[in-house]
Amino acid sequence: MPAGTGQVRFLAGGAHGVPAVAVGAWGSAGGSGTGAGSVSQVVQYILSGVTVGSIYAIVAIGFNIIYSTTGVINFAQGEFVMLGGMVAVSLLRVFPLPVAVAGAVVTVALCGALLEIAFFRRLRHPSALQMIIITIGLSIVIQEAALHIWDEKVRSLPYFTGTEITSIHLFGAAVSPQVLWVLGTVSLAVLGLHAYFRYALAGKAMRACASNPEAALLMGIDAATMRTASFALSAGLGALAGCVMSPITMTHYEMGTGLAIKGFAAAILGGLGNHSAALVAGLAVGLAESCSVAVLPAAYKDAVAFGILVAVLFVRPHGLFGSAEVGTSSREF
Amino acid sequence: MERRSPILGVAALAVVVVAVHLLTAALGKPFYLTQLSMAAYYAIVVMGLCLVMGYAGQISLGHGAFFAIGGYTSAFLTTRNVGARLPAGLREALGHVGALAPRQDLYGADVVAVSPWLACAIALAVAAALALAVGYPALRLKGYYLAMGTLGFGLIIYRVLLGTDALGGVDGIVSVPPWHLLPGIEITGGKPHRVVNYYVAWGAALAVLLLILNLTESRVGRALRSIHGGERAANAMGVDTAGYKLKAFALSAVIAALAGCLFTHYNGGIDPSEAGVMKSVRYVALVATGGMANVWGALVLGAGLTFLSLRGWFGSFDHAVFGGLLIAIMSLAPEGPLRPLASWLARVGVRCRPRSGTGKPEPETGSPRSEAPNPRPET
Amino acid sequence: MRRVLAGLCGACLLMVAGAGVRGADTVKIGALFAETGPAAFLGAPETKTARMLAEQINAKGGINGKRLELVIKDTKGDPATCVSFAKQLIDEEQVLAIIGPSTSGETMQIKDLCEKNGTILVSCAAAEVIVNPVAKYVFKSPQKDSQAASWIFSTLKEKGLTKAGLLSDNSGFGSAGKKQVEEMAPKAGIEIAISEVYDKGATDLTDVLTKVKGKGVQAVINWSIVPAQSIVPKNMKQLGMEMPLFQSHGFGNIKYVEQAGAAAEGILFPAGRLLIADVLPDTHPQKAVLATYKRDYETAFKEPVSTFGGHAYDALMIVVTAVGKAGTDPEKVRGAIETMKGFVGTAGIFNFTAEDHNGLGLDAFEMITVKGGKFVPAKP
Repeated sequence: MPAGTGQVRFLAGGAHGVPAVAVGAWGSAGGSGTGAGSVSQVVQYILSGVTVGSIYAIVAIGFNIIYSTTGVINFAQGEFVMLGGMVAVSLLRVFPLPVAVAGAVVTVALCGALLEIAFFRRLRHPSALQMIIITIGLSIVIQEAALHIWDEKVRSLPYFTGTEITSIHLFGAAVSPQVLWVLGTVSLAVLGLHAYFRYALAGKAMRACASNPEAALLMGIDAATMRTASFALSAGLGALAGCVMSPITMTHYEMGTGLAIKGFAAAILGGLGNHSAALVAGLAVGLAESCSVAVLPAAYKDAVAFGILVAVLFVRPHGLFGSAEVGTSSREF
Repeated sequence: MERRSPILGVAALAVVVVAVHLLTAALGKPFYLTQLSMAAYYAIVVMGLCLVMGYAGQISLGHGAFFAIGGYTSAFLTTRNVGARLPAGLREALGHVGALAPRQDLYGADVVAVSPWLACAIALAVAAALALAVGYPALRLKGYYLAMGTLGFGLIIYRVLLGTDALGGVDGIVSVPPWHLLPGIEITGGKPHRVVNYYVAWGAALAVLLLILNLTESRVGRALRSIHGGERAANAMGVDTAGYKLKAFALSAVIAALAGCLFTHYNGGIDPSEAGVMKSVRYVALVATGGMANVWGALVLGAGLTFLSLRGWFGSFDHAVFGGLLIAIMSLAPEGPLRPLASWLARVGVRCRPRSGTGKPEPETGSPRSEAPNPRPET
Repeated sequence: MRRVLAGLCGACLLMVAGAGVRGADTVKIGALFAETGPAAFLGAPETKTARMLAEQINAKGGINGKRLELVIKDTKGDPATCVSFAKQLIDEEQVLAIIGPSTSGETMQIKDLCEKNGTILVSCAAAEVIVNPVAKYVFKSPQKDSQAASWIFSTLKEKGLTKAGLLSDNSGFGSAGKKQVEEMAPKAGIEIAISEVYDKGATDLTDVLTKVKGKGVQAVINWSIVPAQSIVPKNMKQLGMEMPLFQSHGFGNIKYVEQAGAAAEGILFPAGRLLIADVLPDTHPQKAVLATYKRDYETAFKEPVSTFGGHAYDALMIVVTAVGKAGTDPEKVRGAIETMKGFVGTAGIFNFTAEDHNGLGLDAFEMITVKGGKFVPAKP
């Protein structure tokens, strides 16, 4: 099945080799490691780290939403991100970009809700073991389904603004405008969630279910609907992340697993259930990775994230900001 | 399980193994034995994992790493020309003792490498050491954290194997020599050795089965089950839960490593994907399918499903099948499908029988924790 | 040592002789491709190509009147599955030859197996170790990594550039390429100022490229598989790195250019002429084969042709041609392959010898660049 985005992108990109934002003479001779050069290098590493870190953060927040409302850790979170990108690319063939992205978010949110209804609602007092295994199974099945629905090819959405070669200069370093989109989306998501959980009735109801399911039930809150809603919210958020990162990272059917693992590392580093900590932790993991490249061979870059994961688990499982009561739904904001 | 000695059951299974061989010979399909042998080695890992997951109630998403560690250690030691770097006197002495095994490789070069026996022993020791080192902090965690911890461990091992050129990098280690067990019996993949290797593989599987069955019927097994049933209660009763969990974990790691060694010699090589997440998850799926605490199920269904997968029955949907199994089993029959299947069959049997008599009594289900939702009583 | 080899040959011959009947009027060839899984970008076009070719051959009456039966197995890129299927193909299906596997890791795991069993193996994987040391029954159809590296170096020298940075991924292809580049660079007079390995699934390489940029290199060489091949050029342009980017022959699909968009302009890489089949003069010896394959593949599957599918084309046609010449005795077919000269394939013109089981020389490659979103020869 053809990916179909290539033609669209060329039309949107304009004349080749003519960037929309100044690239100019920056770095054309290659950095030479002078004083000014190393400052801009450091800023560049930081920007790199923030780029990937914000992606990890949004995956971590997705984990937290479901965890705090249902106590389940959804290993399939990474797949929602992947599905967001895939569905958006398919929708792009018919609809303009904003509609495609919105359509993808809604579709994947619905999928998340359906998953919860189909697999989690029917279980009575499931053990942690059961939940883990089910979500792992779901992640595999979703991946394979994506392979057979789409195919193995890599695809991506066009850049929201600019093209593949535009870059914006900040403090001496250069980033693609899409990075600003990612950062903006993540910030909006965090703020939006904060407002939702604190001020919206539905959000407060979700928090209630997280802290004390029995009391919530007594107050007339339908825990089952809240759980479904939390899955839908988390899936939709993941899908949005998948769309906004697609031009940078590309979308392919296997991208979910790696994202899920690193996102989880960020989630437990911050403490499960703690949304703002997830943001900080995600950025921390991203920064650790990119800064490690500066001093170590890049081959060990992934080991940093896995190392953080293992270290946190073994040394301080409740994370930097979580409470010592591991396994209960801890504080949210 | 009932209290009769496990030896009878194992002997019965041994008869089945022989019968399968004769069947394949009679049907003119002797090449099935190859994949049955490979399936047996993978099933050994599943049995060991069953001990950890079903009896001790701990989850391990990184058991492929132990299989790989066993295989890689054994492969590395038996293919590297270590003898060439030793002084001649030491080399000869070790050769006499049987620690080194000089031979010629496929391209005619002389290689003096470690003998497979010693290599295997070292592999098991390495696996045990790693399991203890990882298990000690990991097993204090619960639920998700343990799962992610073992997953993280598996990922790190995978990356190390992938990134180390001395271990063959992405391509892994190849040209692993045959392992001479006894005169005339060697573990290798060639056609003339097929039948012998079939029995070696299944012999090993049955031996591990017997070992685990004996363990689970003993005091150790009861201690493990008490941990699974309720860790605080077990602690209160004086059971050293931490120690037992760790030992079960280490034992299962050693079993996985042993399977890895044997498999490597059989296949003549090993590669990093054996330590990958997909393989580890597959082992978990097979434990769940066989019945979490059912070692028989682990062996039979584990070997059976692996055999089908190796023969390509599931085509491109291979991963999806195992993922689907995970979901289905855990949602519908968390303690494994065999008991509910048996009781469902019994119900059907009762319904088909004439109204005289009460039919078969329901088998005692044992574990205090409820498993599959009870079937509504029929009138 | 020679006695051992002779004994081995004798044993092989005996096994082959005793191997039994190979269906009187069919020629059975096995294929192991990673149609799904992490190497699917290789295996999917290879599978499609092989199936299409087999149908075409049979439609034309088969090989010397005998029907070609192609048994294709999806290994999912997993070496243990590959070993299992290889044994199945050899023992059960009793194939005359096996084409594939798609990756070097899988090939290496079955190299000894095929050699011992006397089954011809024509691999579609790139690593040098597949044919070095030479195993009598094992061949490979993709070009040599070392020659790709040579082309990159000679082009660098032509441009007067001597300092390069090397990026490679941790896949089999990437690590094999890294080895070749690092070994050959000093002899070619090129300084590799920095060599970094990244994970093949990496999504953003700006940090690694920042490190490379800091070394003041004059060119960047990237040896990887997808999607990094499209990510590196984008990141480079975003960082303002204007120096030339060289890629490997893994860049062999116009889709990768599309994904890199405007950033792909000016990328230089050595590849088989399949990618520039349209602009080849009709007098070029490869033109007919390339144009036909491209047209057939793109019509049948509605996706652009790639060099990876071409490797499967070459592997299958090599075996088919040899069988056509020498019949179905494996020893004779092997000999026919080993003495095949001037075989026109998609990757180049093959000239096999007993020492060279790959058969492709430097002229199999052409330096290609991207202009206006299309592949064009670097030297028009």
